[in-house]
Amino acid sequence: MASPLELRRRIRSVDNTRQITRAMQLVAASRMRRAQEAVQAARPYATHISGMIERLVLATGNDRLPPILQPRPIERTAFLVLTTNRGLAGPLNTNIVRTAVSEIDATSDAIEISVVVVGKKGHLALRGLYTLSAVFTDISDQPSVLDIAPVTQLLVDGYERGDFDEVRMVYPEFVNILTQQPRVVRLFPVVLPEVQQDAREADIIFEPDPASVLEALIPRFVEMTVYRAMLELAASEQSARMVAMRAATENATELIEGLRLAYNKLRQARITSEIIDIASGANALADA
Amino acid sequence: MAGLTLTVVSPEREVLREEGVTLVLAPSVEGQLGILPRHAPLITQLEPGTLELRRGAETQHFSITGGFLEVMDNTVTVLADASENASEISRERAEAAREAAMRDLDEARQTHDDVMTTQARLALLRALARLRTVERARRG
Repeated sequence: MASPLELRRRIRSVDNTRQITRAMQLVAASRMRRAQEAVQAARPYATHISGMIERLVLATGNDRLPPILQPRPIERTAFLVLTTNRGLAGPLNTNIVRTAVSEIDATSDAIEISVVVVGKKGHLALRGLYTLSAVFTDISDQPSVLDIAPVTQLLVDGYERGDFDEVRMVYPEFVNILTQQPRVVRLFPVVLPEVQQDAREADIIFEPDPASVLEALIPRFVEMTVYRAMLELAASEQSARMVAMRAATENATELIEGLRLAYNKLRQARITSEIIDIASGANALADA
Repeated sequence: MAGLTLTVVSPEREVLREEGVTLVLAPSVEGQLGILPRHAPLITQLEPGTLELRRGAETQHFSITGGFLEVMDNTVTVLADASENASEISRERAEAAREAAMRDLDEARQTHDDVMTTQARLALLRALARLRTVERARRG
């Protein structure tokens, strides 16, 4: 049985922890709102760029696509794995890493792979398993397009040079506050927006010509895709942290209640035994 | 005559939406491009530079660091990599950014760091585009 002093110390320590977890929960909640707004704000650009690509592909024709869009045999695949820099985000990073590992292992039997990681957590988890060709750990959890430019540049350049023939990205999709679903999407060869069956080639002027504009636009499209995935990651990180910290705060509260009860019982027992001491002493004197 | 609707969107947000615009001047890769209402459908690539819009006597300048422009049904959509209004640009900051970019470029060239060289070159182009916008806005 712990002494009352020990119990008091433990109560104080758990209470301090609870203050920290509660503060983290509140901070994560407000950052999550901002991250969700950023996801919303990125939508108009995505809609416009998809529409533009659709019109350009239609005007270019499948036989005159720029090299960046021409299919080629896949001999080497690169994986881009998006994780967070900071922990205390529940099972978020573990889930992404698990999905990434099963995806990479399923591929590496047949073809060569290279792995690019964003986030310290992914770096720590994956560096023992694969040779990482690049690691980015300096991207903020409120990313801007400029922050992620080096990542996309690496992938676009590598694909154009032929370092790899396919790029897949693993990231958490923000479904709702409680659910973040790891997703795997293909960045290269670019998944073109569906061209409507009944779409006619409108009479559009292209400067300089559709194939060149398309070629310049594709890296932007990939950048936009990675940027949106980073925003999904940011929203997922904050919501996962908020949920994890709320659970931690609740656990701490329960723990404190248990400790208080034990401490009070102990205090009561001490008082009772002291009264018995005094009473029996007084009785003994009276008897004498 | 009905005016143009001009929207500028960057990956981060919708930067601008203006109705009743009478003229848009944009830096296309083929040269300066002027768009009046009822312009034919057009898709073009833009260079870093200044986007100018006129509505009657009113003129506004925006710095863009490259992107794409589409004209369709009297709507001009600019997919900008990044865009700023001339009145929001601080001359000192743009100047400082230009100097920092030039320093980075020198350093990157010496260390033969390709990624950094490209980054620095892009940063320099962006800073120059901003400075040009400030200049043009001042001259009106």
